[in-house]
Amino acid sequence: MAATDTPDRTRRLGHLGLAPYVLLLPSLVFLAVFFARPMVDAFTLAFEDPSGGFGLEPIRQMMADSRFGEALRTTLILLVAIVPVQFVLAMSMALVINAKLKGQSVWLYIYAIPLAVSELAAGIIWLSIFTQRGWLNSWLIQTGLLEQPFDFLGYQNRGWLIAAIVLAEAWRATSIIMIILVAGLQSIPSDYLEAAEIYGANLWKRIRYVILPMLRPSLQVALILRTVLALQVFAIVIALAGASMTVLSAEAYKWQVTYRGPNVAAAYAGLILLLSSSAAALFLWLLPASPRSGRGALNRAARPEPEREEVSR
Amino acid sequence: MTATTDPAQGEARADERPLQVRTPPRSRRHTLGRVGAYVAATLLALWVLVPLVLITFVTFVPRERVRDFPKTWWPQEWSADTFLFFWNSAGVRPALWNSIVIALMTVLMAMAIGAPAGYALARFTFRGANAYRITVLSTRAFPIVILSIPLAVTFLIWGIADTRLAVALMHTALALPFVVLITSSIFLSVSKDLEEAAQTLGCTPFQAFLRVSLPLTLPGLTAAAIFTFVLSWNEVFAASILTLRNPTLPALVLDALTVSPLPFQFAAGFFLMAPSLIFLFLIRKYLLGLWGRVER
Repeated sequence: MAATDTPDRTRRLGHLGLAPYVLLLPSLVFLAVFFARPMVDAFTLAFEDPSGGFGLEPIRQMMADSRFGEALRTTLILLVAIVPVQFVLAMSMALVINAKLKGQSVWLYIYAIPLAVSELAAGIIWLSIFTQRGWLNSWLIQTGLLEQPFDFLGYQNRGWLIAAIVLAEAWRATSIIMIILVAGLQSIPSDYLEAAEIYGANLWKRIRYVILPMLRPSLQVALILRTVLALQVFAIVIALAGASMTVLSAEAYKWQVTYRGPNVAAAYAGLILLLSSSAAALFLWLLPASPRSGRGALNRAARPEPEREEVSR
Repeated sequence: MTATTDPAQGEARADERPLQVRTPPRSRRHTLGRVGAYVAATLLALWVLVPLVLITFVTFVPRERVRDFPKTWWPQEWSADTFLFFWNSAGVRPALWNSIVIALMTVLMAMAIGAPAGYALARFTFRGANAYRITVLSTRAFPIVILSIPLAVTFLIWGIADTRLAVALMHTALALPFVVLITSSIFLSVSKDLEEAAQTLGCTPFQAFLRVSLPLTLPGLTAAAIFTFVLSWNEVFAASILTLRNPTLPALVLDALTVSPLPFQFAAGFFLMAPSLIFLFLIRKYLLGLWGRVER
């Protein structure tokens, strides 16, 4: 990209040649110290023998942990359940926004509200609904659907516990996908949709054959982001399930804070990173943003300007 | 920045459509579609809003009524009692103060380090710009968990374990990628030509930035700062790992979850949520510009 500088431009910025690097330097140093180094440290910790050398002891300890299997299984179940629910919800919201109803910006603001609500607060909000003396039981008893309050969050009702976590997480984290999809929808030229409508395509067909293919770059980025977030779901599980259910990040937390075992905690963290990056790689490979190159999303995301024209062409 | 279509233009196009597509059955279907869209919009809005109303209802009733069952849809008695119970609980106010100070430190550090980088990306063409963007973007795909555990060890070595600075540094690392990308798109929205014009009129590049770009981008930069504040205010995993005796508010609440009574939990949930809503309202105009843009 930089190689295409015209001589004229280079001369104009000649005396400033170093300026961009000077401006970038603080952030690069900061990222090196607080991002790159901890990443390396995490792997050093995860592969550190009690004697201090390289070894698989922390990994072995993690896999021998009584709740390891459950944590891994629950994390994956939550991931598989949360992501589709969120995409359907976010897509519906984005389509409603794109329908240009009256008060469009008010609808957008309402749908975006959970964006600002923390995972912990969202967990507590949904606790008030699902707890035994909560809103859902009140409503079910008042309408006569239940005689006795049901323990939705009890250890013995795993299915309900997962459903509650999925709903709470879907409620909280759908906004971010909605915003990405709305921005993506706005970059689809309205002629395309009008043409499809004139030729008699109904809403479903317009979604299937026009909107989804053109939204592919947005969908890809949203999918990656969502998967990474769903793999580290934490406070919502603690708030709703307490000790009745565990996930990978909760185990990492427990090993770090309660058991004082940073090596095993780092092993859990490394596993989460491994899962996140494999998921990201899988989405980049499955959904190439442009047919020509398989690594479209990052490049597109890195170039905010020209991308829009590319999409609309 | 956002590609909204001009409604007037849309009308004009509709008139140019071939006549046969505007027959009555079609337009009836269209009206039906509009009604359907409003129904869908309302249902989705209720899905978002009802839980917020419910947590408010259980926070502003007398403390002994919080566990009332079955609950009535409209609280029969309003009271600040439950809320005050939370507010006066041991540790809440120091934790709140920690949260505020840490969030402000995070805003300062993240903006001071990130905004210059965003400016460089927006204003200069230079070798490595794309590589830098991709690096920054990909840092967002890394889980918080992987950073906070080794950093807890590092901060211990540095002697700043369990301090506000430690949490603020961690939060700055989390916010930095957002700040770089957001500020870059904010600076892009002000034409470079304006700054160049100022320079031909005798400004140094720095003066040109200070007198031309900064005033024009100030609202956007403020929005980015507010967003950074919310990010730090909401963060719980790293804050819990990095603090023991000086927790932030979310860390304190998380720690108390298993031992505290329901009224405390509900009021805490409400109290954590409320400021974020106000902040989101302040930056509502930037929703699509900031997040939509950055995510892509």
